Amino acid sequence: MLTILFDGIAYGMLLFVLACGLAVTLGLMNFANLAHGSFAMAGGYLTVVLTSQWGVPFLLTLPLAFVFSAVLGAILEPTLYRHLYGRSHLDQVLFSIGLVFMSVAAIDYGFGASQQFVRLPEFLMGRIELGGVTIGIYRLFIVIICGALALALHLMLSRTRFGSRLRAAVDDSRVASGLGINVNRVFLLTFAFGSGLAGLGGALGAELLGLDPWFPLKFMIYFLIVVAVGGTATISGPLIAALLLGIADVAGKYYIPQFGAFIIYVVMVAVLLWRPQGLFVRGRR
Amino acid sequence: MSAVKMSGSRIRVAEFLFWLLAVAVMWGFPQHAALWAEIVILALFALSLDLILGYGGIVSLGHAAFFGFGAYAAGLFAIHVSPDPLLGLVAATAGAALLGLLSSVIVLRGSDLTRLMVTLAVGLILFEVANRFSGLTGGADGLPGIFIDPIFGRFEFDLAGVTGGWYSLVVLFLLFVVARRLTRSPFGVGLEAIRDNRLRATAIGIPVNQRLAAIYTIGAAFAGAAGALLTQTTGFASLDVLSFERSADVLLALVLGGTGYLYGGLIGAVIFVLMHDLLSAWTPHYWLFWMGFALVAIVLIGRERLYGGVAGAIARLAPKRGGRA
Repeated sequence: MLTILFDGIAYGMLLFVLACGLAVTLGLMNFANLAHGSFAMAGGYLTVVLTSQWGVPFLLTLPLAFVFSAVLGAILEPTLYRHLYGRSHLDQVLFSIGLVFMSVAAIDYGFGASQQFVRLPEFLMGRIELGGVTIGIYRLFIVIICGALALALHLMLSRTRFGSRLRAAVDDSRVASGLGINVNRVFLLTFAFGSGLAGLGGALGAELLGLDPWFPLKFMIYFLIVVAVGGTATISGPLIAALLLGIADVAGKYYIPQFGAFIIYVVMVAVLLWRPQGLFVRGRR
Repeated sequence: MSAVKMSGSRIRVAEFLFWLLAVAVMWGFPQHAALWAEIVILALFALSLDLILGYGGIVSLGHAAFFGFGAYAAGLFAIHVSPDPLLGLVAATAGAALLGLLSSVIVLRGSDLTRLMVTLAVGLILFEVANRFSGLTGGADGLPGIFIDPIFGRFEFDLAGVTGGWYSLVVLFLLFVVARRLTRSPFGVGLEAIRDNRLRATAIGIPVNQRLAAIYTIGAAFAGAAGALLTQTTGFASLDVLSFERSADVLLALVLGGTGYLYGGLIGAVIFVLMHDLLSAWTPHYWLFWMGFALVAIVLIGRERLYGGVAGAIARLAPKRGGRA
């Protein structure tokens, strides 16, 4: 019971790291970036290649996956994404689905359609007993890393100068730029950072979620649920939504395997009927 | 407003020629009937999405849900109830409409983003249902053993698909007339008002949610009819009728032809299927890449610029034909 709860938390934490970049993109630029999963996939595949072919230690590949996806985001933001900020949601959806398809086909071409596996180091495998609960060490590792990340993100947003600039730009980008904030630069940095987090999540999650060329499509719905249910105003909103989703999904698949796949949709519909604008919305608008 | 109705109720020469061409192609090249049927079915599907997207302004990522529902409904109806094609078509259409009405309750709540999520989720749920209840649907193996009676007891579905082609074309034409009538009616004009400015539409007393639910239901019904046609003409239904790629395909087809005018879906379907045929012959495996590329390119060039350019060229070619292009 507690083991399932813990697995759910680990899963949810992972979803949070994967999706929080999307929350920022969406809140900041009002851009529905469905291709967010492609950045995660890029990070995941980088880890696979580095560990299996070049023998790089797994722990070292994690920051590399972050940097790789962040650079990818930093290249794509000014070249492609920036032109679409003011456009309709239909355009954004078409564009980002196009990117997803291209990335899926490209990965399929480069690595084949089969699932890829990350070789974990010895010390992250196995299980330990903590207060009578059996916990997978790797899941514990994920919870610690993602928890630390969530805390760091929260502190960065609320305490640093960049965080206040970012919040200003989210609230009203025109006034923010009038106050001398370089909104374009904030957008670029945030987009790159969010993509990097996705890459890190992809690298961390390759073992748990499974990694194949269809990854961005498979998890698109999870990202959307996290963001739509959690809202884009805070860090805690998506975090709680992701945890809820993770626990519901894992518990559902464990207790009622025949209908486990439906649990997340039931949760989603219930939340939506109860709070159409998401669980945590600010009074704005 | 009267100008809108005036120009709409007149049947234009170009429209007449369009349908004449469709009939001529079906008549002249019966050896490709299966391909024409494919185009016609996609055209009907794209038309149904155009009603939702182009007129209702709802961006849907899971429109295949209704298509697939119609396809399975037609198949199951033929196996368990009656092999009559017309009854099956009506039943599948009605079923899809009901599903559309039910899902419109949650689709219409919330913002654009939640709508993306919900439409995607509805598609995934149906896919998962069809996958899980394999006793009923055949699961991943598809639904075999569908035998459809001749239409009116006279026109038998042949292997080459000629009957299927004609049948699909007639159904498309009839439903197109319905859609045309619908969009030119006060109901359709009201929808355009909602799409263009929701707040003002509310202010002049249009019941926004009710209208959107209505068009969503109608769009779902049309999509269901398209799915039923697919099952009846091919005699088979499999899980891919519900897949996300199908939703994306129809979105691309519609966008290729242009949204917000009924012929967009039809023209887009022609371009899409021909493009698919050519590209698949060339690079069968990586068709997906080029499809993605087409989507990105269309958006970056700008949909308005693309169709503005085409429409402008047509207007320059035929400046005397009066009215706005």
